[in-house]
Amino acid sequence: MKRLLLAVPALLVAMIATSSAALGCAGLIGPNGAVNLIRTTTFAGYHDGVEHYVTSFQFSGGSGQFGSLVPLPGVPTKVERGGDWTLQRLVRETEPQKAVGFQLNAPRAAFSDAQVLLTAKIDALDITILKGGGPEVGRWASEHGFRLPPDAPEALDHYAERSPIFMAAIFDADAAKARGQRVGDGTPVHLTIPLDAPWVPLRILALGKQADARVNADVYLLTDKRPALLPAPRANGMEITHSAAATASLLGDLRSDKGMDWVPPDAWLTKVRIDASASQLRYDLAVDAFGRSPSRVAAGLEPPATPAAPDTTLPSALLLTAITLASGGALLFATRTARRVA
Amino acid sequence: MASPLRLGALALLAAGVLVALGPRAASAPRTEGPLARDVTIVIHYSRFTPSVVEVPAGMPITFTLRNDDPIEHEWLIGDDAFHARHRAGTEAVHGDRPDEVSLPPFATRTTTLTFAHAGAVTFVCHFPGHEAYGMVGILTAK
Repeated sequence: MKRLLLAVPALLVAMIATSSAALGCAGLIGPNGAVNLIRTTTFAGYHDGVEHYVTSFQFSGGSGQFGSLVPLPGVPTKVERGGDWTLQRLVRETEPQKAVGFQLNAPRAAFSDAQVLLTAKIDALDITILKGGGPEVGRWASEHGFRLPPDAPEALDHYAERSPIFMAAIFDADAAKARGQRVGDGTPVHLTIPLDAPWVPLRILALGKQADARVNADVYLLTDKRPALLPAPRANGMEITHSAAATASLLGDLRSDKGMDWVPPDAWLTKVRIDASASQLRYDLAVDAFGRSPSRVAAGLEPPATPAAPDTTLPSALLLTAITLASGGALLFATRTARRVA
Repeated sequence: MASPLRLGALALLAAGVLVALGPRAASAPRTEGPLARDVTIVIHYSRFTPSVVEVPAGMPITFTLRNDDPIEHEWLIGDDAFHARHRAGTEAVHGDRPDEVSLPPFATRTTTLTFAHAGAVTFVCHFPGHEAYGMVGILTAK
């Protein structure tokens, strides 16, 4: 049976409010609207038609609420707290010299409303899975305090045409402090997503950034076989820095983490490093986990023939997909509190 | 003297020239005639369309501003000093002045302004990052 794993970086977008509390690996939008995105790390695993997608949100102090919008390739059947060491272990596997001290970046009335498919509360995070087109999801975000940057409407349409599923996460820094979370503590989130063809949203990482701003991200893919990727790495700021059969040690460590018992006995580990300017990042990462032909549509290289209409029912015999995605593209920040206009 | 055949060929050529000129003449930009006093500006993907507007000076102009985006925008029109103030402004919402219009997601607003003198002004969205993204237009009163 085939299993593939792929890692997908997600995009954290969003935010609310005021201060300097941080979302996982995400960039933050300051009072002046500037987006500061630090390196993000994402891991996605795909096996037997099910994707396990895990991302981490890191508490970096401050107060108020911060939000994140992440486009998803399909409808999650489960949203739960992720394991504690999956991302860290992947980093150690591919960058052993940096293992110590590495800090995980976990992350018109004419329109109908976005459909809320699922909600979950994980520590200080409120997670909402949304289904809708760009206008619907954008309006939902605006109504929930997200301040989206000017390029968001086009980006939301771009993703909604491919998969109208989004994860909105609101991180309550005050609640995190009340829970005793310390600066640097991460909250991993694990999504289980039945999926035929995984892809990793990359373009979203450039959201709200100036054209010459840098975007840095690491994407870990774990698949049954060596995957085929589109666009080809080494172009446009994308590079494969690791591609090899996963070691038994790594697979054993991953499998021992919470919710990771799906990890197969054999797999291929790929690490894609993104070091691109925002203007370069006009693509997503399409993955064919069986090494065949990735979708040009999923890669953002051509538009879909028809807008995506995701199946909200759960596929029965699905592949196993594990995706951890820690990303951070801060996009929005909240409107109501620190709002400035002219 | 021209033969019937040559005259026929000339006639066909002339007809062809007229046909060729017709559409071109029709598609040429209009440079004369009354300027519109009702102007509709649509915002989509954080861009103004049209971004270049001409209106008559000294007459009330009604602007219909339609925000097709799921995010908030604003439409502020004035001279350089006006925009310099707004770039550093602190007002959360506009609405009391006809030259400062807030536009919630998918909202349509109308406002009426009179440009007493001929000249150019710009209209801009001053939300963070929007002007740099290209939300700028120019209005010329003639």
